[in-house]
Amino acid sequence: MEPYKKHESIAALMNRSNVDTDQIIPKQFLKKVERSGFGAHLFHDWRFNDDGSDNPDFELNKPVFKGAKILVTGDNFGCGSSREHAPWAIADYGFNTIISTSYADIFYNNCFKNGILPIVVSPKQLDKLMAEINANEGVKFLVDLENKQVTTPAGNGFTFDIDPFRQGNLLSGLDDIGLTLIHVDKITAYEQQHKKTYPWLWA
Amino acid sequence: MKKTMYEKIWDSHLVVEVPGQAPLIYVDRHLMHEVTSPQAFEGLRLSGRPVRNPHSILATMDHCVPTKNRHLPIADPIAKKQIEVMAENCLENGLNLYDMKNPNNGVIHVVVPEHGFVHPGMVVVCGDSHTATHGAFGALAFGIGTSEVEHVMATQTLPQQKSKTMLIQVNGKLSKYSSAKDIALAIVGKIGTAGGNGHVIEYAGDAIKELSMEGRMTLCNMAIEAGARAGLVAPDEKTYAYLQGKEFAPKGANWDLAMAYWQSLPSDEGAVFDTVITLDAADIAPQVSWGTSPEQVVGVNGSVPSPDSFDNEGKRKACESALAYMGLTPNTKMTDIAIDLVFIGSCTNGRIEDFRIAAEVAKGTKVAAGVQAIAVPGSYHVKSQAEAEGLDKIFLDAGWEWRDPGCSMCLAMNGDELTKGQRSASTSNRNFEGRQGKGGRTHLVSPAMAAAAAAAGHFVDIRELA
Repeated sequence: MEPYKKHESIAALMNRSNVDTDQIIPKQFLKKVERSGFGAHLFHDWRFNDDGSDNPDFELNKPVFKGAKILVTGDNFGCGSSREHAPWAIADYGFNTIISTSYADIFYNNCFKNGILPIVVSPKQLDKLMAEINANEGVKFLVDLENKQVTTPAGNGFTFDIDPFRQGNLLSGLDDIGLTLIHVDKITAYEQQHKKTYPWLWA
Repeated sequence: MKKTMYEKIWDSHLVVEVPGQAPLIYVDRHLMHEVTSPQAFEGLRLSGRPVRNPHSILATMDHCVPTKNRHLPIADPIAKKQIEVMAENCLENGLNLYDMKNPNNGVIHVVVPEHGFVHPGMVVVCGDSHTATHGAFGALAFGIGTSEVEHVMATQTLPQQKSKTMLIQVNGKLSKYSSAKDIALAIVGKIGTAGGNGHVIEYAGDAIKELSMEGRMTLCNMAIEAGARAGLVAPDEKTYAYLQGKEFAPKGANWDLAMAYWQSLPSDEGAVFDTVITLDAADIAPQVSWGTSPEQVVGVNGSVPSPDSFDNEGKRKACESALAYMGLTPNTKMTDIAIDLVFIGSCTNGRIEDFRIAAEVAKGTKVAAGVQAIAVPGSYHVKSQAEAEGLDKIFLDAGWEWRDPGCSMCLAMNGDELTKGQRSASTSNRNFEGRQGKGGRTHLVSPAMAAAAAAAGHFVDIRELA
């Protein structure tokens, strides 16, 4: 996983609530056995017309949002299935930061495994950010994960909360499995005890 | 301290707590299907890590498998590859796989309980959000992403933040034609798709105790639709009776040991939940969803709402866009909505009890002109049980298709799908835009409601048929 670096980037606005994982990456693209290449299908059914051409009415097709790394969007983003293809598609498309008031649990966890920072803001804060993008499409926000800070040109900056462990992993790009295996002796000891307490699970 | 069932399971599965990190919890059972596992196996291979406990895994093929002409090669080359890769991965790692041709094959969340692979008090994961199903047994069961699938295979643990607890108390008695599905939909309608975020739900109350194990599975299955991490029902005599004698259930002296543990699991009297919701089962009419989110649901005797009826701007906007997608106008009576296709099946409603009640309604009817009706058993065992009871004949005589098992039209990955503008009555769990096919319009209902709609060509208040 790439370490998450401080960056200034275009913030794209998609003002929709309850965006579900079937919209993020429709099921016809879940049959691949690799992790790569899902960005081409991100938001497929909204993004493309039936003939495969770009749908000009879809927010993210606006030329001013090209190259955006930050996605600003509505409540309960990523609800629905557990498919990790959703964050794979988001990351592969180029986003590494999402700003919303809330996320579905599994999607939120999946983001951290893929170098994506999901920032939680208050509804009021989200309104301000959306208003700033609407007034100045193509505006760039500065995201500083180390100091848990977002800065915007119109002064709508804010600090955000994040679990320090997850913050550290994003900053270092460390592999979760490697971190867990530091405790392999404790896992083995737990397992030995587990076999005694719940022998029927091992029969 | 008085503990909830969730807290008891959590405490007994805590492996290590390191300050500043998410605690590691132990995973007893790991369920697998072909869609969310290949990249996890690839990750293990690349890092040279073995599968720690192959015996903890049970795998099936369900999402991409055809539900007819299964003897022919899979036409979609990418799906075919995914199926082949699953078989190779399971063989290479010594995992128990019920492949497409295996008589035990079916939808993972239908197959696993059939073999008694999940017991009360376990921690169970699967790269699938409907893993919540197994909470019906009093197991903490939840969906995970593919990176986590790899993590569990390598370490048998997961870093997890402790969830909050929510008690959903359903008092009273359901009316004859309301079912577990209607309770599940009514709950999502009441608390919303984000209502359970960050929580594990425990379902309790007389109406829940009354449910069969199949009904409890339907209910817990849709805990995720309310945004919850998992759903739980306390184990009781029905749970034990269901498990006894099953292939992976404890045997002999182990049965008694297990029973002692299982009986210690229910929440202590007076244990405190972070959130409590109460419903009266008698108020729950057969439900029909009208929109593109499972929270957009009404009783079948109701009407399509108008956007103006919502005081929250977000919900008003969501209603407008849902009605545009669904091609519905406000105030249309639900029973006036005509349908093109009926689907009975899925991990929500693909069990024997679901086909029994649907057959009871379908018996002696004919599928309405212009309507296609398909019955897709959740597993080969459900299929053969139904056939032993003559249910297949009832469906076939009524003009239904009787298929082989799979996820099928629940998420339309296998070629079973709606075409643009087609409208379904579906016993599945999600009515998201495009879920059953691009431009397809899904109405979520119970199996009895689906069978009644097939005969009438539109939704019917089944209480009036009785």
